Amino acid sequence: MPKKMARSRPLFDRQILGRALTDALRKLNPLSLFRNPVIFVVEIGAVLTTLLLARDLAISAPGAGFALQINLWLWFTVLFANSAEALAEARGKAQADSLRKTRTDSIAKRLAGGRVERVPSSQLRAGDLVLVEAGDLIPGDGEVVDGIATVDESVITGESAPVIRESGGDRSAVTGGTKVLSDWIRVRIVSNPGETFLDRMIALVEGARRQKTPNEIALNILIAGLTAIFLLAVATLAPFAEYSIAAAGAGSVPSTTVLVALLVCLIPTTIGGLLSAIGIAGMDRVMQHNVLAMSGKAVEAAGDVNSLLLDKTGTITMGDRQAVEFLPVAGVSERDLADAAQLSSLADETPEGRSVVVLAKQKYNLRGREVGEHNAVFIPFSAYSRMSGVDLDGRRLRKGASDAIGAFVRERGGRIPQEFAEISERISRGGGTPLAVADGGKVLGFIHLKDIVKGGMPQRIGHLRKMGIRTVMITGDNPLTAAAIAIEAGVDDFLAQATPRDKLDYIRREQAEGRLVAMTGDGTNDAPALAQADVGLAMNTGTMAAKEAGNMVDLDSNPTKLIEVVAIGKQLLITRGALTTFSIANDVAKYFAIIPAMFMTAYPVLGKLNVMGLATPQSAVLSAVIFNALIIVALVPLALRGVRYRPSAAAPLLRRNLLVYGLGGLVVPFPGIWAIDRLLVLMGLV
Amino acid sequence: MTETGFLQIAVYFLAILLVTRPLGAFLAYVFAGRRTFLHPLLRPVERLIYRLSGIREDAEQRWTGYAGALLAFSLFSFLVLYLLQRLQGWFPFNPQAFGAGNVTPDLAFNTAVSFMTNTDWQAYSGEATLSYFVQMAGLTVQNFASAAAGMAVAIALIRGFACERAGAIGNFWVDLTRATVYVLLPISLVAALFLCSQGVIQNWLPYAQVQTLEGGTQIIPQGPVASQEAIKELGTNGGGFFNANSAHPYENPTPLTNFVEMLLIFMIPAGLTYTFGKMVGDTRQGWAIFAAMSILFLPGAFTAYISEQSGNPILAASGVQQSPSNLHPGGNMEGKEVRFGIAASALFATITTGASCGAVNSMHDSYTPIGGLVPIFNMLTNEVIFGGAGAGLYGMLLFAILAVFIAGLMVGRTPEYIGKKIEGKEVKMAMLALIATAASVLLFTGASGVLDLAEGSYINPPGPATGNLNNQGPHGLSEILYAYASGTGNNGSAFAGLNANTPWYNLTIGLAMLIGRFFIIVPLLAAAGSLAGKRRLPASSGTLPTHGPLFVTLLAGTVVIVGALAFFPALSLGPIVEHFLMHEMRVF
Repeated sequence: MPKKMARSRPLFDRQILGRALTDALRKLNPLSLFRNPVIFVVEIGAVLTTLLLARDLAISAPGAGFALQINLWLWFTVLFANSAEALAEARGKAQADSLRKTRTDSIAKRLAGGRVERVPSSQLRAGDLVLVEAGDLIPGDGEVVDGIATVDESVITGESAPVIRESGGDRSAVTGGTKVLSDWIRVRIVSNPGETFLDRMIALVEGARRQKTPNEIALNILIAGLTAIFLLAVATLAPFAEYSIAAAGAGSVPSTTVLVALLVCLIPTTIGGLLSAIGIAGMDRVMQHNVLAMSGKAVEAAGDVNSLLLDKTGTITMGDRQAVEFLPVAGVSERDLADAAQLSSLADETPEGRSVVVLAKQKYNLRGREVGEHNAVFIPFSAYSRMSGVDLDGRRLRKGASDAIGAFVRERGGRIPQEFAEISERISRGGGTPLAVADGGKVLGFIHLKDIVKGGMPQRIGHLRKMGIRTVMITGDNPLTAAAIAIEAGVDDFLAQATPRDKLDYIRREQAEGRLVAMTGDGTNDAPALAQADVGLAMNTGTMAAKEAGNMVDLDSNPTKLIEVVAIGKQLLITRGALTTFSIANDVAKYFAIIPAMFMTAYPVLGKLNVMGLATPQSAVLSAVIFNALIIVALVPLALRGVRYRPSAAAPLLRRNLLVYGLGGLVVPFPGIWAIDRLLVLMGLV
Repeated sequence: MTETGFLQIAVYFLAILLVTRPLGAFLAYVFAGRRTFLHPLLRPVERLIYRLSGIREDAEQRWTGYAGALLAFSLFSFLVLYLLQRLQGWFPFNPQAFGAGNVTPDLAFNTAVSFMTNTDWQAYSGEATLSYFVQMAGLTVQNFASAAAGMAVAIALIRGFACERAGAIGNFWVDLTRATVYVLLPISLVAALFLCSQGVIQNWLPYAQVQTLEGGTQIIPQGPVASQEAIKELGTNGGGFFNANSAHPYENPTPLTNFVEMLLIFMIPAGLTYTFGKMVGDTRQGWAIFAAMSILFLPGAFTAYISEQSGNPILAASGVQQSPSNLHPGGNMEGKEVRFGIAASALFATITTGASCGAVNSMHDSYTPIGGLVPIFNMLTNEVIFGGAGAGLYGMLLFAILAVFIAGLMVGRTPEYIGKKIEGKEVKMAMLALIATAASVLLFTGASGVLDLAEGSYINPPGPATGNLNNQGPHGLSEILYAYASGTGNNGSAFAGLNANTPWYNLTIGLAMLIGRFFIIVPLLAAAGSLAGKRRLPASSGTLPTHGPLFVTLLAGTVVIVGALAFFPALSLGPIVEHFLMHEMRVF
């Protein structure tokens, strides 16, 4: 297992926390806070109450201690909300810093008219040709046009094992800042300075180019609208109070400070303060999986995906086929067949060959023998004979394609048993590859080679189905084989003998029916499909064209990641919905705290609404404000980490989340506000 | 609570449940232009209307065209109605010789807006103000037209959900015509005949002068009542021919007519929920809306009933019988008709305020504080508890959009409802409607609570806006709040106790009615246009299910929390504090 660079860091580390706090202060600037309407309103309220406090202090009005505490907690509310966002950003910035360190300006060897000239890499332009030799940093993003080299890409991927980069084919893309370890390559630069992959990656993780996603914008409208409604409700409380005081002949109009306090408690500060942090943290979580999302929109779209196009090889199945069964013809024992198969494979270093040896050992405890002493002569596989095997002690053991073995046996005067074709056919139909085994003129039987579906894959596909996501297997196999594996893996559909064109058409068809499609790809000919898909996850090992076309790049080049990305997208949306619901549900309790407190003097009988039994009107208002501020802090970890997400269908998911965040949001503030009230009384603050 | 009381509410609800499906299916057919059993008779009428008015039946409108047509139609209706009132002296059928002097400009404005917006708030007293001609050609016509317009908007919004990537949402003129010809006219006709059979009058006679048993004389107003009474309920209008509305024996003579009138009020709003389900191709969606409306309606009905039946502790303390017996209804009978009793009155109050109808058969002002809180609360939810003809459904769909948007994210997908993505545009329009209506209720109520004018001023002769109140204290605040909630919710019922026929109240309540009507309709038509242009996504197990009990609860919760949270302070200073004070033996 290669060592990974530490991508995930603890939620709060000292350095990040320090940076976040400074940023939180900087974000107090109304010009930047303006974009967050809810918290902006809180800030205006805080400024207003500060001015009123200053006036009260100047004329030494009574009750300044209470006003001071309200005022402080209003400022805390703004700061807490700001630091949530700052914290999320700081985590990204820390990552950007470590990336930026690698972006040292290197000297490039530019090829011009057969000469090598040394220029700073910052002067390279798209189209330039450069030579990179062992020990050099690759000066910019490009395509290998000539040569082959091992490259250390750990800067980008965190993967310490070097990778091969060569001209032509799907492994020709190189990334600026990575290092050639051996040999040399000639590279055509494809991006101008400032636009390289590394630059974009830094910009992304820093949040510099972060744009609000459509759903975030809509949610912002909702909470801004609620803020406006509560502004109306609180502003009109003053005339209602005036009427009521006149009617009751007692009491006093609530002070502006108290009205501001009520307003801040009612407007959805929780979600308002955490909304952008949730989005940034979602991107960050994707990043921790070593996937680079080109926009928040892509992550959001991942949560919405209806159909997942998965490549068979490497995603659903292991890369190689493996022997799973020995099927002897009549008159041959399975053990003899296994023995012959193992002998014929001892020198076969292909994964298939090794799997035959292992299977024979597992099933019949046949040890790999030292065959040197038996005058063994190994016959390697050739495209001409389509067989391999061994000659030893006069035996001529061969394994290979059925027709090749058939011909071999007949040549030696052997007879082909009637079940020979039958077994071969049966294996093929089951999605396997039949490998016939013969000993000279005698047919022994078959090795059943099979694509092995990755462990846990059917369960994961089952989970996806529960989440309402169709999985589609893409394979180059014939339909027969494809169908068998599709059934075994449990996918909903498959595309056999798929060409890039077929993929593109399939995606378009799905989209025409209103579905959102996600896929992975690496080759240049995948690019159109990657661009067409709503979520296109390109492999980092893939070509530059593929990386450009997709909206995410998996730095580990592990196609199975697509499933995780979908889960992160869903988790992001759930977190948003959960905190919005929680935030709105909270209001009920706050009304019960503040309304009786406000009008206790005019209508003492309203004390019956003081269900929490809060000590005094002042303590009630203060407790609600403090609860409102602290709940933001309390929910920061949830916003950054995302709510717990287990794949399941929408109905049970909604039921559970409504119970936790809806009902929880209704109930939790009651004991919370009550406890704060008790503490305030104990500490003598009211 | 008595057994008969409980049964009355239960039987009524059962009747609504039974009528929902057949009527809803019929409506779906009508608005899709498909053949119904009435077509042989009425299709020629429909075609004649198109030919005479130059309407092209197959020409569809984008949302802007649809909204433009509706606004133009409403403006025209307003102008006609205003002029009819001011010029009533010129027209026939005016045995009492009412003239412009009976209808001041501000009152005519208020009444014209009121009937054009399907509110039917009545700052005037029908029998003392308006000629038979104005009642028939003005008010009754608007009773049909405003209800048909409301239904048209609901159908347009349904089309927004139902259609696939379409630019258009139907033709306003066609929807208006079909609603009137196939639905409102036939049902009203049958209902009016039934009402006549029960004793509701229909004549053009001068007011009768009769000798009472005590030897005094009494003037008994007459008029074409039955024809207006049926559509008053069916179109959730609520504007009574007489000031006493459905408490008047000529409008609502028997318990049977009372039951039928209640049925007429909820019939179309309930039926439209099924129409919704049918038109979007999944009747469960319609039943879910029906269920959400029901779980908001039934607790209200029982709360009002129980509160009225348990009566007033102050009266109980002074020895008045408050418990029911075979010969005595018990409870709070003040302002209620003996022929209806407590259950049928409380039920009527809950229905009429849930449905933005505004017809009343008892005086809500005389209800106990909690009994009176139910009607106010119903109106403050933007009239979605079955709601107005059309208005109830589109109001509830507005909340469905919000409910889906707020909680729908919790299934891990960007929100969608009936296969349509709910995005910024829809949320913006829904919030615009909510903000406008909240602003209307709160700002006007707040202003009226403190507005101080000189006595004898033109704008409000009694002086301060609170000078128009018959009751002080928290009850006075309830009266003002009720008036603006009623206007904004396009309900039209009055708490009474507030003399609203002054320029201040006529103008502000008129504005409230306009805001409550058009700041919901226009944004929702815009949302319909945006929804219509979207692709309809297939449902999967990952999609938020919007037809189960979970969603129903969620939707009802959204109505209560989002719709009413803004009014909690006002309510606690009105009916809630009054309730507590009543138990401390204080009245207002």
